[in-house]
Amino acid sequence: MLTRAPLSLLYLNVLVIATCGLVYELLAGTLASYVLGDSVTQFSFVIGVYLSAMGVGAWLSRYIHDHLARVFIEIELALALLGGISAPALFLAFPFVDWFAPLLLGMVFVIGVLVGLELPLLMRILQEHLEFSDLVSRVLTFDYIGALLASLLFPILFVPHLGLVRTSLAFGILNGVVGLWSTYLLRPLLSARGLDRLRLRGGIVLVLLSVALLKADQLTLLAEESVLGGSIIHSTQSPFQRIAITRKGKGFQLFLNGHLQFNSTDEYRYHEALVHPAMLGSKPPEKVLILGGGDGLAVRECLRYPSVQSITLVDLDPAMTGLSERFQPLKELNDAAFSDPRVRVVNDDAFVWIGADDTTYDVAIIDFPDPSNYSIGKLYTTRFYRLLRERLKPDALVTIQCTSPVVAPKSYWCILASMQSSGFHIRPFQATVPSFGIWGFALASPQPLGDVPPLDPSITGLRFLTDEAMRAMFELPGDIRQVATEVNRLDNQILVRYYDEEWHEPQ
Amino acid sequence: MSPNKHVDNLVPSSRIGRVDALSRRELLQAVLGTSSLALTGCNRTALPQAGDYLAQDFALGHRLRDPSATVALPTDWQSVPVVIVGGGIAGLSAGWRLLRQGFRDFLVLDLEREVGGSSRSGNSGRFQFPWGAHYITTPMADNVELIELLQEMQIVERLEQDGSPIVAEQYLCREPEERLFQNGTWIEGLYPALESTEDDQRQLEEFQLSMHQWSQRRDADGKRAFTIPIARCSTAEEFLKLDQLSMAEWTRQQGWTSARLRWYIDYACRDDYGLTIDRTSAWAGIFYFAARLRSDRSESQNVITWPAGNGHIVQYLSQLLKAQLRTGQLVYRISPTKPGRAEAQSAQLQPADDHKTESPVYLTTLDGQTGVVRGIAASRVIFAGPQFVAQRVIDGMAERRALTSNFRYSSWLVANLHLSARPRASGFPICWDNILYDSKSLGYVVSTHQSGIDHGPTVITWYYPFANVEGKLSRDQLLRLEWSEWADLALTDLEQAHPDIRQLVKRIDIMRWGHAMIEPGPNFLWSDARRSAAQPLGAVHFANTDLSGIALMEEAFYHGVRAADEVLANGVRSH
Ligand SMILES: Cc1cc2nc3c(=O)[nH]c(=O)nc-3n(C[C@H](O)[C@H](O)[C@H](O)COP(=O)(O)OP(=O)(O)OC[C@H]3O[C@@H](n4cnc5c(N)ncnc54)[C@H](O)[C@@H]3O)c2cc1C
Repeated sequence: MLTRAPLSLLYLNVLVIATCGLVYELLAGTLASYVLGDSVTQFSFVIGVYLSAMGVGAWLSRYIHDHLARVFIEIELALALLGGISAPALFLAFPFVDWFAPLLLGMVFVIGVLVGLELPLLMRILQEHLEFSDLVSRVLTFDYIGALLASLLFPILFVPHLGLVRTSLAFGILNGVVGLWSTYLLRPLLSARGLDRLRLRGGIVLVLLSVALLKADQLTLLAEESVLGGSIIHSTQSPFQRIAITRKGKGFQLFLNGHLQFNSTDEYRYHEALVHPAMLGSKPPEKVLILGGGDGLAVRECLRYPSVQSITLVDLDPAMTGLSERFQPLKELNDAAFSDPRVRVVNDDAFVWIGADDTTYDVAIIDFPDPSNYSIGKLYTTRFYRLLRERLKPDALVTIQCTSPVVAPKSYWCILASMQSSGFHIRPFQATVPSFGIWGFALASPQPLGDVPPLDPSITGLRFLTDEAMRAMFELPGDIRQVATEVNRLDNQILVRYYDEEWHEPQ
Repeated sequence: MSPNKHVDNLVPSSRIGRVDALSRRELLQAVLGTSSLALTGCNRTALPQAGDYLAQDFALGHRLRDPSATVALPTDWQSVPVVIVGGGIAGLSAGWRLLRQGFRDFLVLDLEREVGGSSRSGNSGRFQFPWGAHYITTPMADNVELIELLQEMQIVERLEQDGSPIVAEQYLCREPEERLFQNGTWIEGLYPALESTEDDQRQLEEFQLSMHQWSQRRDADGKRAFTIPIARCSTAEEFLKLDQLSMAEWTRQQGWTSARLRWYIDYACRDDYGLTIDRTSAWAGIFYFAARLRSDRSESQNVITWPAGNGHIVQYLSQLLKAQLRTGQLVYRISPTKPGRAEAQSAQLQPADDHKTESPVYLTTLDGQTGVVRGIAASRVIFAGPQFVAQRVIDGMAERRALTSNFRYSSWLVANLHLSARPRASGFPICWDNILYDSKSLGYVVSTHQSGIDHGPTVITWYYPFANVEGKLSRDQLLRLEWSEWADLALTDLEQAHPDIRQLVKRIDIMRWGHAMIEPGPNFLWSDARRSAAQPLGAVHFANTDLSGIALMEEAFYHGVRAADEVLANGVRSH
């Protein structure tokens, strides 16, 4: 027989169960809209699946006849574990699974079933002690209060202060504590046999979740999110750099060490401008070299040309090229460029690699990050450009991204001057990329450059470039005028200093 | 590397005698100097599992010092017109000069199994790294011979109108060149600028101006007061008198009291000469700065460096001299008469005796590996080892001993640390040269810097000069400490800037340089003793950096070329 005190405590139990259940649901909905976008769809799917799963749980509860209290506790522990790890597990799985939406909804379904089982079981446990009307009114009241608490606190308190991963783990722990506590509350209804084992299991669940909470720092991206200004859907620290992908608005964004690399909504402007002037200007290009560009987006543009026999992409970071190969949204964006048999990925420092390579190329596309530190700065030096020249056919064409000529004119013209002093003929051009502003590029060749190339009607899929847009890129507006700069050499690395001054960044 | 190679040097500290224990501890403390470092003895668990413990070849070197180690008389004699003893920069440069002048009939002998002397380098398969000398400065237009060598090596690409060399970009030290760890963070450059006062700044500017003025000073004949090589410096009294006082004293006389400036100058003295500011001659101290400034520019001549350090030059020259080089050959006697003349073998000897010059010189050599003793009769010998060896090896040096007895040498310890990744640090990013303000070491040089390998494993070279310890005592200290103790000292020193260094280090190779550098203390550089030591002795000519009184590649090169020219001027002939 249960005494009076535990009875009221059991209502508390209902409250916690209800809060946890709803928090898991909200987590799944938020996470889905973070990573997949389109929050209306995601939330309505999640809510629908969750509610119907609760119905399934309620219906299944009729098949449970014996050991109600024990089964109730088992379910609570299972829920604690599953709900607790739901957000971190989904985050971790996201980059690497093709069937993310089914995985997420499946998880929501199982959680819903378990939550759906809980209340009927608890009501049946309590029915011996209470009037039926009393029972229903009290249990449902606490259930709805729990739901209210969860829905208010989740957006106001938990997400902003704990983030999704920690909220998930924290509620798992709360859920587990309640489960363990119930082994004492419901002690009179539990047989002594196997009680210790049950408590041990509860203990293990709590330990697991607590460890995960302590380690959550590596997953917790709150601080970064506030810097990057979007919700982070993936983030890793490779030996070379911090890679973060955020979702904001309709698109997603790639950041390397906090520097925006592209926004999926307008990257086509950048990559069409970067790639096609060289590809169209060259005789049908066969061998293409891409330096940097681990996102595979320049590769995507190059693969539009049937003449291309091979593309060698040299990017320092295997974590970056790996992400482009496997991370679903990115893989979709680059049209699975890395699966094309013509593409060869080399993970090496381009500076070291270029001194050792012996192929000669028709086209080279240089898409390095901006020269914000010395180890990138060396890739913009006359030494590097001279080594690059040795890797090019005499009539080869090169395009290069060279930061913003409006924000950082000295940096921009320094890059051009350095190429020129390494024996390249050079022509500046610019394009507008909303996420970046006005962006600077240059077309270069060991030979004098001809006219701006016309588009080739057989190359399809271009969204930004037209013949007019192409010509317009090479018409410099009045506020982009050459400024005198020094030449960037290994032994002065003047470009890093210009860049630093102009973008006001430390290092 | 030299044959006394140990991999297992993890000697437990219990092996250290009890009486000795305290003084060892004090010694360990003294080496790093910083009182904040509470060395508790060797922390064995925190050391990497392996490392070489190297030194200049003891086994062979010992033969020189121990007169009782009688060596058999040579049975096998050959005659060679010219023999160069010593395959350091000086000896190799002499060989280079002979070849360039079309003379091929000579040998270069070195007692070590690897040539290069204090400019040699190591190789881990993946990386090259220096064991000693690691850079040179871009020569001025008038150092024609050195420019010739550098052109031949394709390091100098072409010359400016006035003959100044233009060095290929990849050999000039890549920016960022140097940083200093001060007050818990790294700052750019060498000067400890953090928390410096206006007065510090003013004194620094005065000092820089003064060095610039010295770099422009010329004597009545138009000779520069300070230039490289030293042999081309003015000998006007107004300049030479600087040699009579220490750099510390001279600094004081200028009214410079800034502790930061003193640190900066002291660092320069320790770095170039292995001596503290108060043990360095003021002439040498000023030379360090002024000789590298072009009179028309305020910036120092650019540094030229390679992953292997000056080992790059050694590799080039020894490749060129492949046919002439013999390593593992100790020359332990050079004498005007044939050893054991009474013996029957003398009949077999046919030295080149048809020269107008003096009679031949007889060299006795010991093969370090086989123990075979051989004799060489040579018309001319270039002795390119240091003077302290010359004293022991050359008959007839006795009278000269008075001259050369004040040639003193400092000791250095060099550790190459093989790291699995770059150490974490705050502030200015990693440079080629990384110096610690609060340390007696000179910090470290990054071997991969010049090749542009900026991530992942690397080898860093840690330099420790015994800057405030007299030569003999320093050699004693150098040899008393075990590999594990030196490894621990290096790590403890670096830990102040890189707390994660012990996790990153996979291997530490250590080299003890007993007679590392000639010491340019006061009253040595411009003494008669130093100047006349380069005079030939009979048919023996001398070439080594110590003849300049300072240890520099350019000086060793100068003496090598000079000695080769002396030999050629004497009309040696090929067989
Ligand atoms: C730690 C350290 C760092 C240095 N850093 C620099 C630097 O950065 N830049 C710079 O310019 N200089 C530097 N130096 C100075 C360096 O000594 C000179 O640059 C140059 O290498 C000296 O060459 P050398 O030929 O005169 O003498 P050594 O290098 O001493 O060569 C003498 C050679 O003779 C051999 N030898 C001696 N006796 C005999 C014998 N009896 N028989 C056979 N062989 C014999 C020796 O084995 C040795 O190989 C550094 C020195 C040290 C120790």
